[in-house]
Amino acid sequence: MTRKQKRLTIIAGGMSFIIAAVLLVMFAFSQSVAYFYMPADIATTDIAPGTRIRLGGLVAEGSVKRGGGSTVSFTVTDGSGSVPVSYTGILPDLFREGQGVVTEGAFDAATHSFVADTVLAKHDENYMPKEVADRLKEQGVWKEGEGISQ
Amino acid sequence: MIIEIGHYALVLSLAVALIVGVVPVIGARRRDTAMMALAPLGSLVLFGLVGISFAVLTWAYAVSDFSVKNVWENSHSLMPLIYKYSGVWGNHEGSMLLWLLILVFFSALIAVFGRNLPDTLKANVLGVQAWISIAFLLFILLTSNPFLRLDPAPAEGQDLNPILQDLGLAIHPPLLYLGYVGFSVSFSFAVAALIGGRIDAAWARWVRPWTLAAWTFLTAGIAMGSYWAYYELGWGGWWFWDPVENASFMPWLAGTALLHSSLVMEKREALKIWTVLLAIMTFSLSLLGTFLVRSGVLTSVHAFATDPGRGIFILCILAVFIGGAFALFAWRAPMLKAGGLFAPISREGALVLNNLILTVATATVLTGTLYPLVLETLTGEKISVGAPFFNMTFGLLMLPLLIAVPFGPLLAWKRGDFLGALQRLYLVAGLALVAGLAFYYAENGGPVMAVAGLALGFWGMFGALADLWYRANFGKAKFSVAWSRLKGLPRSAFGTALAHFGLGITVLGVVAVTTFETETVVELKQGMTAEAGGYSIIFDGMREAVGPNFTEERGHFTISRGGVTVADVWSSKRLYTARRMPTTEAGIVTFGLSQLYVSLGDPMEGGGIVVRVWWKPFILCIWGGALVMMIGGFVSLSDRRLRVGAPTRRVKAVKAALEAAE
Repeated sequence: MTRKQKRLTIIAGGMSFIIAAVLLVMFAFSQSVAYFYMPADIATTDIAPGTRIRLGGLVAEGSVKRGGGSTVSFTVTDGSGSVPVSYTGILPDLFREGQGVVTEGAFDAATHSFVADTVLAKHDENYMPKEVADRLKEQGVWKEGEGISQ
Repeated sequence: MIIEIGHYALVLSLAVALIVGVVPVIGARRRDTAMMALAPLGSLVLFGLVGISFAVLTWAYAVSDFSVKNVWENSHSLMPLIYKYSGVWGNHEGSMLLWLLILVFFSALIAVFGRNLPDTLKANVLGVQAWISIAFLLFILLTSNPFLRLDPAPAEGQDLNPILQDLGLAIHPPLLYLGYVGFSVSFSFAVAALIGGRIDAAWARWVRPWTLAAWTFLTAGIAMGSYWAYYELGWGGWWFWDPVENASFMPWLAGTALLHSSLVMEKREALKIWTVLLAIMTFSLSLLGTFLVRSGVLTSVHAFATDPGRGIFILCILAVFIGGAFALFAWRAPMLKAGGLFAPISREGALVLNNLILTVATATVLTGTLYPLVLETLTGEKISVGAPFFNMTFGLLMLPLLIAVPFGPLLAWKRGDFLGALQRLYLVAGLALVAGLAFYYAENGGPVMAVAGLALGFWGMFGALADLWYRANFGKAKFSVAWSRLKGLPRSAFGTALAHFGLGITVLGVVAVTTFETETVVELKQGMTAEAGGYSIIFDGMREAVGPNFTEERGHFTISRGGVTVADVWSSKRLYTARRMPTTEAGIVTFGLSQLYVSLGDPMEGGGIVVRVWWKPFILCIWGGALVMMIGGFVSLSDRRLRVGAPTRRVKAVKAALEAAE
């Protein structure tokens, strides 16, 4: 092979690998990205059952019910809407009524309730996930510096 | 008074850093030795001053001086002493001070060990290091000052975040920063080379030990962080593809690529421009990671406080350094002469492949990490890119690399013999497949694809051994001859083999855990039993206990196999009194390389409690492999060849040779 051919081989090989990677990334995005919604959005948006989304808001006071085994149901609210959620598994340490939570899962086709497979209560000292806090601030429900006091 | 000394030392170090950042660099242009000589001296003084400042903050934590706002916010008089010490960097301000301390520590190391460097290069390198120090000193002094006082002083502190009250905090951040910040040296060398306009194999030889040291520490830091998250968070996961984890993983990937490309540059003078670019990119990713973690754009245990001012400040640092370095690169890189040529199938070719895959994988992780932020900024839409995305893209991209790893060291420089390498690896492939199958049947079950994954792990391990085997000429030469050849191999050869062997172990662990892991969630009452991994876990009941700064409900479990008790473990839910924050302390029992992981959930009506039990087969391989990689890094660092060019040693060696000759 001449110098030029050698260089071309390397460049062509590299480019095809990069193109393959880009296609892979685009495919993976289309498959696995979850959009974030608050209960108020749910009423106005049409979300097909089975589509993975993230649902965030406050855990409604008095809504947490423990069923048989490790299934828990609770309601996520944002003041203007609320969505019932069911979840099987262990809730995070910081999960509690009246405080912020982000759940990930999909709407069940039959029952129209939200079935979460992940519950996140990963947040700062104000007990509020960032996405939820941002939205609640926009809506004026939650104000800066008004952290949940003990 | 002592606190003010710390504060003052920090201000003074800014002045020193300004001098080191300006005078020697001008000196390097004018070839003024006196001006250049300021660089090493100034760097040592800088390290001393920042060291004083750090020691003062540590002292404030040790004696619980709550008149210091930072101590009041993050400490408690009842906290165990070890956490008081490690709590120094368990908060935003302190961790930035640690960042800075390690940065100036590396500058001091260059000043001490860089005697063999040309004066101009050394002056420029230390100058660039000082610029980075100036940026972070300003950041600390203007937005994150740990020495702010409170008046009147509160009587009691607010306690450290309970998740951070762990031995992991004492080890993980320093190791991680040694790696993260260590790449600043490669960056400074790259920028200095661009300023000087000269770059050659000697440059690569000077940079490589620093890159290797940084890489070794980063490997250890990431592995340690992963293990810490695993046992502390109580979710049983060891890697979450959390943006914060990615922030440390991207410099690691780029640093691994840099390590391999500088090898090509050192041996063959090829890939010069690429290596310089990679050095800049690696540290840029470190800076980006610092921004992601410290600016509060993300929420995680690492984002201590969210203050938009800080985010913008770090973003400016990011823009100046990354933008500046790339601009300099665009301007000066065409002046660097391209180096040696090589065939696509050769050692160089294999290392180029390594670089291609690693950088593309880094770009993929970067895309997945930043896409949600970019999308939110542009459209306001909030999305999450989670583990499935990364597993699919990163996992698939890594596959060709893992297959290629054993080939690389077997190919000759310049023009390699692929068929020859393939022939040598037939046996390795066969053995790996057999080992994979044996492993699969021993675990009985799981998807058949697992065999391929397991074999891939063994392929990496056996391939590394085969490299040493063929280098020493075992099987062809007499055993004693081969053995003495093996002993005579340079340490870096063992370093390479160890690192690749460790990679194989990690792959094996990852595959084994993902395929054969079991998770059981059950409600247990006293005396009831759960089953996992062939073990019976008997719940003996709950008990209350009180720790120094927490109360806890602990459950006792007896673990038996075939009716024989083999172990027992406590698993608890704690409530840290000062912050009213609950945590889960998982009970973990190790059997060989596998672990049982018992985590407590919520109490149920009627006295039961939800218990989650994981069986994690061969999980220790994941971190064990990283440990082996780290040892490989240190072994390679101890190679004398890395110090070639060090006049003091060469003089000694020459003397020794002369004496021997006499």
